[in-house]
Amino acid sequence: MTTEAPANTAAPSTGSGGAATAVLDTVEVAATTPEKEQPYAALGLKPDEYERIRNILGRRPTSAELAMYSVMWSEHCSYKSSKIYLRQFGKKVTPEMKKNLMVGMGENAGVIDVGEGWAVTFKIESHNHPSYIEPFQGAATGVGGIVRDIISMGARPVAVMDALRFGAIDHPDTARVVHGVVSGISFYGNCLGLPNIGGETWFDSVYQANPLVNALAVGVMRHEDLHLANAKGAGNKVVLFGARTGGDGIGGASILASDSFDEGGPTKRPAVQVGDPFAEKVLIECCLELFAGDLVEGIQDLGAAGISCATSELASNGDGGMAIVLDDVLLRDPTLTPEEILMSESQERMMAIVRPEKLDGFLEVVKKWDVETSVLGEVTDTGRLSIMWHGQEIVNVDPRTVAVDGPVYERPVAYPTWIDALQADTAAKLDRPATPDEIRAQFLQLIGSANQADAAWVTNQYDKYVLGNTALSYPDDAGMVRVDEESGLGVAIATDANGRYSQLDPRQGAKLALAEAYRNVAVSGAVPAAVSDCLNFGSPENPEVMWQFSETVEGLSDGCLELGIPVTGGNVSFYNQTGDVPIHPTPVIAVLGVIDDIARRIPSGWQDDGHNIYLLGDTALELDGSAWAGVVHGHLGGRPPAVDLAGEKRLAELLNAAAIEGLIDSAHDLSDGGLAIALAEAVGRFGLGARVVLDEVAGDAGIDLATALFSESTGRVIVTVPREDDVKFRGLCEGRDYPVRRIGVTDATSGALEVQGLFTVSIDELRGINRAPLADAFGPIVGY
Amino acid sequence: MRIGVITFPGSLDDRDAQRAVRIAGGEPVALWHGSHDLEGVDALILPGGFSYGDYLRCGAIASLSPIMTEVVAAANAGMPVLGICNGFQMLTEAGLLEGGLIRNDHGGFICRDQVLRIENASTDWTGEFSAGEEITIPLKNGEGGFIASDETLDRLEGEGRVVFRYVGVNPNGSLRDIAGISNERGNVVGLMPHPEHAVEPGFGPDTAAAMRSGVDGLGFFTSVIRRALVEA
Repeated sequence: MTTEAPANTAAPSTGSGGAATAVLDTVEVAATTPEKEQPYAALGLKPDEYERIRNILGRRPTSAELAMYSVMWSEHCSYKSSKIYLRQFGKKVTPEMKKNLMVGMGENAGVIDVGEGWAVTFKIESHNHPSYIEPFQGAATGVGGIVRDIISMGARPVAVMDALRFGAIDHPDTARVVHGVVSGISFYGNCLGLPNIGGETWFDSVYQANPLVNALAVGVMRHEDLHLANAKGAGNKVVLFGARTGGDGIGGASILASDSFDEGGPTKRPAVQVGDPFAEKVLIECCLELFAGDLVEGIQDLGAAGISCATSELASNGDGGMAIVLDDVLLRDPTLTPEEILMSESQERMMAIVRPEKLDGFLEVVKKWDVETSVLGEVTDTGRLSIMWHGQEIVNVDPRTVAVDGPVYERPVAYPTWIDALQADTAAKLDRPATPDEIRAQFLQLIGSANQADAAWVTNQYDKYVLGNTALSYPDDAGMVRVDEESGLGVAIATDANGRYSQLDPRQGAKLALAEAYRNVAVSGAVPAAVSDCLNFGSPENPEVMWQFSETVEGLSDGCLELGIPVTGGNVSFYNQTGDVPIHPTPVIAVLGVIDDIARRIPSGWQDDGHNIYLLGDTALELDGSAWAGVVHGHLGGRPPAVDLAGEKRLAELLNAAAIEGLIDSAHDLSDGGLAIALAEAVGRFGLGARVVLDEVAGDAGIDLATALFSESTGRVIVTVPREDDVKFRGLCEGRDYPVRRIGVTDATSGALEVQGLFTVSIDELRGINRAPLADAFGPIVGY
Repeated sequence: MRIGVITFPGSLDDRDAQRAVRIAGGEPVALWHGSHDLEGVDALILPGGFSYGDYLRCGAIASLSPIMTEVVAAANAGMPVLGICNGFQMLTEAGLLEGGLIRNDHGGFICRDQVLRIENASTDWTGEFSAGEEITIPLKNGEGGFIASDETLDRLEGEGRVVFRYVGVNPNGSLRDIAGISNERGNVVGLMPHPEHAVEPGFGPDTAAAMRSGVDGLGFFTSVIRRALVEA
């Protein structure tokens, strides 16, 4: 470890010394030079925030303190614009929702009890801005970051998912972002040995210069293995281990994730981190061995804001004091300044709190895994976070002022001027196809559209088999992994969002996304149990965006209350816009469900001949915001479909009962694209045909056949039932008072989907059209 | 039968291989790359993964691990050794198998259910199959393109040492559709696809009968166990 003073600060400096003076900006110096001008604005702090820091400290901050406050008070780390709204998730809870909640919001990831002594932790998080600037590394490190959150809870990561939103599929820049993001996730996730079990792939021009890369990870542990990250016990050692600290990702949180991109502005590439999945894989095994050997009190991952975040959060969550020597941080680049070391977001690093008597055991384990480690200091009872550099104190702060008591804003909120006109512009007035030929043509147009297309081009690049516990994965509605090999206990997860619905009505859009994810878990045979969310929005400084955000949180928290499942954590990503144009509000909702025995899971398509196909739920004229309106008419207007969460709950209970009794052998959710897309996917899943009649569905609702096919009414699922279980199944639906209509029968001989009186499409043609969009845009799909 | 599964830094499918051994009726023994002790096992599996991140040539660093000295000696003495994916790459790097594996011809990583034809059903790891039989097991790799000189390829084919060939789709540009090979004696076998991911109903590839019910990979592990029983 070099102790040389930094020779040259060519990298963006926060002003420790500078060229004119070699004097280190210590606490002592800061106290005697109140007049010194500091580059707070360049670090993303507003004038009043800077004043507040001075008031807290009773002096000006040192350059190192300024660096810490700037990253920790950034939107990304402090949730300063969203905090007042997010409190609703904590308020709208019932005892029922808390029953299985072991760790709620505010920790690295929420934890729920899934029974048999097992606990599951999961979380979804954004890495949007880095993924536009440098798609490969941006997406790769997004996976790495969320996985470290899971490890820090004491869990073994067991699967990942990703919800991706890109610009228009035919835009010249989209392929760059898609190739980079998908290969980045593939590179990192595959090398880490975590199966990728699902997610979403969506294209819309609103995401053109601001793709959304939301990565989810799930981990499992025994109850007794749960660990919380806090620094307790004066004298315990503070240990940094994993990769060395380098110059990558400096200011990532404050610069990238907390500001909008300015077209033509300077490149922010150096602010994107670089990922090393091998180092992370080793770190996973190393951490699990440390936990298993009871060698650590707690482990905190280093993500956004790096050492600034880890030290201040660990101290805030513990006894409140910590003293470290920054010279002892192992560096990749010895010329880094102390400010840069504090702000660096170099990946694959962890900070542990270790009892002195266990330090030798700790060091033995990290040596076994060839993980570099340095002891930085210890926990104190002073209530202060003190950081030394070259023998002098450069930070002396109350860690809570850095990590917890940051600024909280009540941003102006304004009802959007344009929304009444948008909602009045209903899709019901659009021309609907009248003849069978027109309906057939629009059906094919829909299954060949970018957002309804087969995503195999993406998912074939991900390992879904590793660990040997994957019970469902794309293209099934939810991903599912086995937790216990003896009992068959498992968990299912689905992520959903529909930015089009949310643009029309953000409160309703949030409930619709929640309902869809909930339903996707239910059709897999699992019982929905918990929610994680990643709320992607435009600039919080835009009052209309803040209105969208507040409506979304209201809708989501009300929805969770009604469904009786808790939000266990998540992430807010603001400033997603290009120029002044915000993205559609895109709350990505992940619902996790529990299944007692994965042997009872249900596939999303049928595989057996002659089984009856039933449509559960009613269909109405609900085409506003639909895929049909978008694809066929380029239209977005009106009000999104109605959502009945009590009905969704009854539907989930019905499906669960049917799964337990073994009455259904496939179930597939209806969402965007309605019955048309659900039928196409269910036929395509195993390549087995079907004959379908829609007269009863249309007749009962008083709608035309095209509407029956393309409407996006909620609370609907198609299931197949073996003939011998027909009576029992119908009885079950009647007993639970859920609408059910037989709409056809599976057919192994036809090799086609036949909608009687309308059209027939061979499975080969259907699959060909469904696979074409991604292959045409991004290259051939291997093996098709 | 005790079958050792060696974990290298970055091994990913080591637990899967152990599970496959267990399901086949064997006793899996976890071995560590840094040791020189094979713990008296009767056969060895080098599992899949990204040893050392595969940042250099795949398997190159792992092939120099301490335990590889014992692996090479045991293989030369006739112990059955199976290299899967990254393990196959290590066996070629260690000189136990010929040829090499390069980046897939399409440039990307590919995960798919792959049909293979068993070309040689007399190796230690394929005795339970019949020659010409087609099986489906998962394939997942970024650098699975098998290459060798024309002379080597001719010799491998002439000596019946091409053990598996891709059928229908060549997923990575492997020369002559070769998915896996053996040494002369037939005790050392390497292949890119993953038999250990097709051993348990519910977690394997889809079949015409039911979702994820494919267990075509189980034969690899029962073959080596059966052979040991016959020899004993």
